[in-house]
Amino acid sequence: MKIHEFQAKSILTRYGVRIPRGGVATTPAEARAIAEKIGPRVVVKAQIHAGGRGKGGGVKLAATPAEAERLAKDMIGLTLVTHQTGPEGKVVKRVLIEEALDIARELYIGIVIDRAREAAVVMASTEGGVEIEKVAAETPDLIFKEYVHPGAGFAGFQSRKLAFKLGLAGETFKQAVKFITALYKAFEGTDASMAEINPLLITKQGDVLALDAKMNFDDNALLRHPDILAMRDLDEESPLEVEAAKYNLNYIKLDGTVGCMVNGAGLAMATMDIVKYAGGMPANFLDVGGGVTEEAVTNAFKILVADKDVKAALINIFGGIVRCDMIAAGVVKAAKELGTKIPVVIRLEGTNVELGKKILAESGLAFQSADGMKDAAEKVVALVNERREERR
Amino acid sequence: MSILVDERTRVVVLGITGSEGTFHAQRMLEYGTKVVAGMTPGKGGAKHLGVPVYNTVSDAVKAEGANAAAIFVPPFAAADAIMESADAGVALVVCITEGIPTFDMIRAKTFLRDKPVALIGPNTPGIISPGKCKIGIMPGHIHKPGTIGIISRSGTLTYEAVLQVSKQGYGQSTAVGIGGDPIVGLKYIELLKLFKDDPGTEAVILIGEIGGTAEDEAAAYIKREFPKPVVGFIAGQTAPPGRRMGHAGAIIAGGKGTAQEKMDALRAGGVHVAVSPADIGATLKAALKR
Repeated sequence: MKIHEFQAKSILTRYGVRIPRGGVATTPAEARAIAEKIGPRVVVKAQIHAGGRGKGGGVKLAATPAEAERLAKDMIGLTLVTHQTGPEGKVVKRVLIEEALDIARELYIGIVIDRAREAAVVMASTEGGVEIEKVAAETPDLIFKEYVHPGAGFAGFQSRKLAFKLGLAGETFKQAVKFITALYKAFEGTDASMAEINPLLITKQGDVLALDAKMNFDDNALLRHPDILAMRDLDEESPLEVEAAKYNLNYIKLDGTVGCMVNGAGLAMATMDIVKYAGGMPANFLDVGGGVTEEAVTNAFKILVADKDVKAALINIFGGIVRCDMIAAGVVKAAKELGTKIPVVIRLEGTNVELGKKILAESGLAFQSADGMKDAAEKVVALVNERREERR
Repeated sequence: MSILVDERTRVVVLGITGSEGTFHAQRMLEYGTKVVAGMTPGKGGAKHLGVPVYNTVSDAVKAEGANAAAIFVPPFAAADAIMESADAGVALVVCITEGIPTFDMIRAKTFLRDKPVALIGPNTPGIISPGKCKIGIMPGHIHKPGTIGIISRSGTLTYEAVLQVSKQGYGQSTAVGIGGDPIVGLKYIELLKLFKDDPGTEAVILIGEIGGTAEDEAAAYIKREFPKPVVGFIAGQTAPPGRRMGHAGAIIAGGKGTAQEKMDALRAGGVHVAVSPADIGATLKAALKR
């Protein structure tokens, strides 16, 4: 799960990570009030779940509280487009008002889970303010790494090593050691999957602060962190994805026109792949779960056809232990309830497959049965193409 | 022949009295798996599905000679169940549970480091040596005994591969799901080593997906020292970056772990790569004819 910058900072400060003074505003008047308290010079930062805000016009400096109010007025309600939002952009609902600081250096600290080493890795770099992927690709020797021992934890010497490699000394060094240690505590304490401070700011006075902060969390651990779960912002997620999650369905909206409904994540990805191989493009990823139920199929079908981009649908269910007649009944029920005109190709495999096909054939609905994945993909792509012809 | 599980495997099911545990333990028994014990803390002394239930895995090992554990407990209790099984001295732990927090798995794997135990999963359909032993949730009836080893990060996609293999007239020596999570037990290389030493395995099908680098590591190993034919497929060729595709581990992060990268690595390792998931069986047949 992703959260906003101001939320990440509120978590980090609880663990002793130093952040600039500031506050969140949802109106221009609130922005002015905060600026009057901490200003006069402040930074106004749009709060959306995407990077690249600075270049997109979502981070601006205000010399006075009046200017902060004006900037907040321009920013709140604005659709911000950055390289991470996609062309449709994201609507700004809140701005973070923070004290403007005198920048001496911009560094980088990030923590992720290294899957190959099966441990958390704390990364530091002198190249702050740019994307770490870019640094990793162009100047990998400027990224310093310390792997965290799962039993012993992140050791003090590891934090010191990183701070020395960043070229820090004196009081600034001490602050940085404390900062990195606190950041790791926050990472492990919240079951984060990613924590990134970019840039890590060294002020002209030698202080160490998190100028920006990004945190993602392990979805599997959220139930033991109700305070973080409460930070979820549904406005930042696609409405159909939110709807699907209510039914425990894994749904991800994509750009194509072939709606896909599959049981199992691997088979769902493979089905998307074979649709492309057959000349179409998948409209979504939709996994109804390995042990699929009739109810899940009904709900999934509703989500699938609610997407206006879907021109034809492909249902690929490998029954296994699950009975195909049950799946077929669920699809027929959903299609009849919705009265949808979208053509559907269904590939069923597993127990009672013949009975399932019979239910589909006798439903009176325009379902096509397919034998195998290849046949299914070719049939559904042909249907999409037919519909394109009809419109001409 | 087969790897890891066969007629001598004696299984204790953790969480046997729960709904998932009951459902699948019943099917494992029907398949012929020697489910010799169940474990649910506080229910020791009872019988469930005709199987004796114990309070600890250790008791089940002592009383029934269990040498493998199947875990069907809820996510927040699963890492503990893995550690208890390893501590009790079973040789194999198969963790079916999906949704275990990553940090729990990191700690559990650290606990396992100095113990003589193999972990399969979590978030796996399990492992099956057709006709001999099934530990997991896969449909037993689609498998048949044979000479093809299967290693996969997926569930239903593995069944798809099994079906295609069967249609070409081959059966399986052992089919293993390594699990869809970022941190899992045995990965491709450890299993390839077992298949290498198994005279009953003629070729291996390796099914991967986006995210992580396990397939790239496997490709390098295959090139170095794996003598049998390997057929590969990578799911997620059309998956967008930065999105988790159902499995917790199926995500392209920082531009790394794409299907293209993995397919290139497998090809460089001498693997016969099926680009379409419908061609896994045909690619196997062609590879075996060479």
